Amino acid sequence: MTSQSPVLETEELTINFGGHYAVNRVSCGFFPGTLTSIVGPNGAGKTTWFNLISGQLQATSGNVRLFGEDITRLSAPARADKGLGRAFQLTNLFPNLTVLENVRLAVAARHRTGYNFWQMASRRRDIIDRAMEYLSQVQLDKRADYLVAGLPHGDQRKLEVAMLLALEPEVFMFDEPTAGMSVDEVPVILDLIADIKRRQDKIILLVEHKMDVVRSLSDRIVVLHNGELVADGEPAEVIASPIVQEAYLGAPQQAAS
Amino acid sequence: MLNAILSGDYPRSRVLTAVLLVILICLALGPFLFPSTRAFTTLGMICIFIVVVASYDVMLGYTHIVSFAHTMFFGIGAYAVAMVIASMGSSFGAIGLGVLAAVLAATALALLLGLLSLRVKAIFFALVTLAVAFAFMTLVNQLYTVTGGEDGLRVRVPREIGPAFRLIENDLYGFSITTFLGGLFTQPWNLGEVIRESVYSVRVTGRVVMYYVCFFFGLTMFLLMLRMMNSPFGRVLQAIRENEFRAEALGYKTVYYRTATVVLAAVLTALAGVLFALFNRYVNPENTLDFELMVFILLMCVIGGMGTMYGAVVGAALFLLAENYLQDLLAVLGGYVEGVPLVSGLVGPERWLLWFGVLFVLSVYFFPKGIVGQLRLWADERRRRAAGGDEDQSDRLQQGATQPAEQPKG
Repeated sequence: MTSQSPVLETEELTINFGGHYAVNRVSCGFFPGTLTSIVGPNGAGKTTWFNLISGQLQATSGNVRLFGEDITRLSAPARADKGLGRAFQLTNLFPNLTVLENVRLAVAARHRTGYNFWQMASRRRDIIDRAMEYLSQVQLDKRADYLVAGLPHGDQRKLEVAMLLALEPEVFMFDEPTAGMSVDEVPVILDLIADIKRRQDKIILLVEHKMDVVRSLSDRIVVLHNGELVADGEPAEVIASPIVQEAYLGAPQQAAS
Repeated sequence: MLNAILSGDYPRSRVLTAVLLVILICLALGPFLFPSTRAFTTLGMICIFIVVVASYDVMLGYTHIVSFAHTMFFGIGAYAVAMVIASMGSSFGAIGLGVLAAVLAATALALLLGLLSLRVKAIFFALVTLAVAFAFMTLVNQLYTVTGGEDGLRVRVPREIGPAFRLIENDLYGFSITTFLGGLFTQPWNLGEVIRESVYSVRVTGRVVMYYVCFFFGLTMFLLMLRMMNSPFGRVLQAIRENEFRAEALGYKTVYYRTATVVLAAVLTALAGVLFALFNRYVNPENTLDFELMVFILLMCVIGGMGTMYGAVVGAALFLLAENYLQDLLAVLGGYVEGVPLVSGLVGPERWLLWFGVLFVLSVYFFPKGIVGQLRLWADERRRRAAGGDEDQSDRLQQGATQPAEQPKG
């Protein structure tokens, strides 16, 4: 890791839900070009931490910094505008719009066309073509004019990823991108993430339960347990550490690995 | 050309296209097709209410903002012009000033409503609009020295848009559709006579001029809103309707979009209110601010089909026709059942609201997506059947009523 200050940083980040510390004083910095996996048992606070970073939740105390700027009090859209891109764990799309329109909205957000009252959206071929490109990256281009509500779960997950790509963020936040996907769909998404990592000098954060995925993709692993950061380091080292073995991986996982 | 006018958002149903064309022709040639003054007034009201209902649809159907203050903005427009004319006398300058006052007042109030209460949950916004609308109505009732209170204000319009003015010295000819159809059914053997009787003379007064002002206002504002709803802005509104949380995560500051929507709807409704005052020449709390009117606007929007724009046209036309002519129909029916107990009580002209309620319940039950939504659904089904039960096609869900087609289908 470099000695300069991290691009994205959480400082003693805490949220308290009526006495329960879902995320408790988590401090962690991230650098471009690295993929960090966040692991931990269910309820460890991984998604809550994500929500605090991307602004869906407001922290009780502590700070979030992006490019040195304190963004702790900014709203979710303001943070998205600054380059925090988020894909959600529970599929969170625009159900009664088409697949293409979902991605087009993400591309349009990036191009800041939202306040254009007059032009016909269908005349912006550039934006539509961009959206189609992202759809073909997740192999959904053939379903561009389906309604999202009728898509199989796996395709909805792919669309979620395509929308994150379309935002062209500085920070990619994937929350269990492959959950619920069939075995043959998973590689498409993993290849895409590996591709972002290889080609773009961005920060990638990944919440993932599949340890083989975590091991093969990560440059670094952060372990959360009961809202606290309990381990942070190189994959091999973290996975081998006793605290992780005990807190997260448990006996069955150990046997599998 | 047509694509640009309709912003690529076609009716997408042959039946709907036909209905819209009939409405367009009737409104465009109104004074030359229907000789009665009642028809004339009804048609003018349809032109005005298309704008009122369409702007309500922008909020309700496209963005899912429930507002009960729509009549308040309508009243602001109507009262602004009526009060300026009452104090300054009747001139086009006064009307201009009234328009300006209406737009400013509507914008200010809508901004306030939007920024103060759109941050909170939708239900609170609805309640706040309800409270503000009632406060405004009370205010108008109480300030009778300037508003005329419950008696309202008579609007003395400039001579050029009043009944005494003649745009053209000679009368023009009109062709009465009602007389013609009536004759066609009762004495089809006498076609020549029927046609001759159908021709009537039309005096092109200032009222007719005013009617066409309303018509072109309705047409252009409708097309403007149709364009806006198919612009990148309109697409964001639909995204907010579908999933506001996700729209924010994409970087859309939804509070601003929603406020812009409320302001847009308020200003357009206020302008419609101005035209209402000038066309109706009489403004009172009952015909502009009443809660009953608010419910009617809501019904027109829902019956026509929310989130479709065209629904506003169909809904406004159907509702106003029912409001004005259902009573006649009931009076005729009442004549047949006179003396029959209970039934005669049910079928009286004063029972029109009851029967309208029944029609409303039936239409919501059978057309949950509104008339326009349902017609599009049927058209989609027909197209899919025509495509021949292709596996991939039947797999595909119908494009919903609110779904703008990327590729216009002939």
